[in-house]
Amino acid sequence: MGIQITGMALKNLLSRPATKLYPVEPQVYTSQTRGHVDNNIEACILCSICVRKCPATALAVDKEARTWTINPFSCVQCMTCVRVCPRDSLSMLPEYTPVASNMSTRTLVKPEEKPEEA
Amino acid sequence: MAERTVIPFGPQHPVLPEPVHLDLVIEDERVIEAIPQIGFIHRGLEKLVQKLDYQSFVTVTERICGICAFGHSLGYSETIEVLMGVEVPPRAQVLRVIWHELSRVHSHLLWLGLLADGFGFENLFMQCWRLRERVLGIFEQTTGGRVILNACNVGGVNRDIANEDLRGIVLILDGMRDEYQVLLKTFLKDRSVANRLRGIGMLSKEKAREYGVAGPFARASGIAEDIRSFGYGGYGFLHAFEPILSDECDGYARCQVRAEEVVQSMDIVKELVEKIPDGALSAKVKGSPAAGSRAVSRLEQPRGECFYYAKGNGTKYLERFRIRTPSSDNLAGMVYTMQGCDLADVPMNILTIDPCVSCTER
Repeated sequence: MGIQITGMALKNLLSRPATKLYPVEPQVYTSQTRGHVDNNIEACILCSICVRKCPATALAVDKEARTWTINPFSCVQCMTCVRVCPRDSLSMLPEYTPVASNMSTRTLVKPEEKPEEA
Repeated sequence: MAERTVIPFGPQHPVLPEPVHLDLVIEDERVIEAIPQIGFIHRGLEKLVQKLDYQSFVTVTERICGICAFGHSLGYSETIEVLMGVEVPPRAQVLRVIWHELSRVHSHLLWLGLLADGFGFENLFMQCWRLRERVLGIFEQTTGGRVILNACNVGGVNRDIANEDLRGIVLILDGMRDEYQVLLKTFLKDRSVANRLRGIGMLSKEKAREYGVAGPFARASGIAEDIRSFGYGGYGFLHAFEPILSDECDGYARCQVRAEEVVQSMDIVKELVEKIPDGALSAKVKGSPAAGSRAVSRLEQPRGECFYYAKGNGTKYLERFRIRTPSSDNLAGMVYTMQGCDLADVPMNILTIDPCVSCTER
């Protein structure tokens, strides 16, 4: 049985394992990896387009409190928000978020704009 | 006369990656009748189309099934493009086909591995999945995901693959091709594989037509039906396309058809990379589908012809979206092939037909 793949099986004995010994060997992110969404909150205009377009309802914006909130446990990394952002303040970073001990959301507060000096 | 007994098979069984239940009515060791029962993983995804706008719904269609993920997003997008009269740029069409054919390679390699595992050929199973890993690597390099590609949208594609990266993909596939030939030889020449699969689940050409089976299941019964041969979308760039057929009508023929389709898909990707035009990646899609407008489209998924239907109602939400998947076509044929087979052949029979229950139930 399996005479044909004997050569391949013997070659595998001498080659490196096909699997990765994670986490001893770290995961290599590609430039395209969809890890987590980040917001450059200073550029954000709190327009809520990302909130309306998010298919997983993972985002929330509070204009009065000047906050942008993401629930990383709901986010499906579809990049819809990144594509629709009119100010390009949203971006997809390749790193996955670290393991969390509780299910919490992440809130970014937009700093108050300083009045222009006369 | 031997006593009849009913043996429940599934929904949890080592040969079933997904849950489907069969009540096997047996007499001695022979199956007289198989009564299928589905509905264990129904999620009501079609109903969600009324809650998510037609552009966001692509993300849901991609999650219908983990194996045919890209195919469903492609089928949905094509249906909405027909509904709204959107012209997709040629480069986007070709990129879609490249990802779709790579999905077929990974789906068939996954299936060949499961089949080898089913008849106890562990080494062959591991080699198939090791090769499949390279296709998943290509997906990760080009789209950032191994299963959910998130590359297709209504109007085109979300991301480009640079021309030099496309040539890199062809090099990876060429490297895989030599190793795959060894596996192909094992599937098609090894006596142990033939002994286990020959004569299992016979379905004649006439019966295949009668039960309306699709995909490799139909092609293994000699029915030359492959939606790709109509040359829709990026397939129009191909010089020629001939579906792979077999007249043997048994489990071995299904294995042969799928095994050879892997090479065919690699050839398609290679040809399209040489012919890919430059240009835009996505067409602008504005407005909403008109009230009462309807559209259908068909797509050749790894398991066969998949049929999509959409109806608009003048808002950004669709009135109705419906998918008829190849596995729901194949269930009737599967039940027919069970009649009269040995109880020990039931797992092999189900495996060679390869039902995708997630797609069927949505």
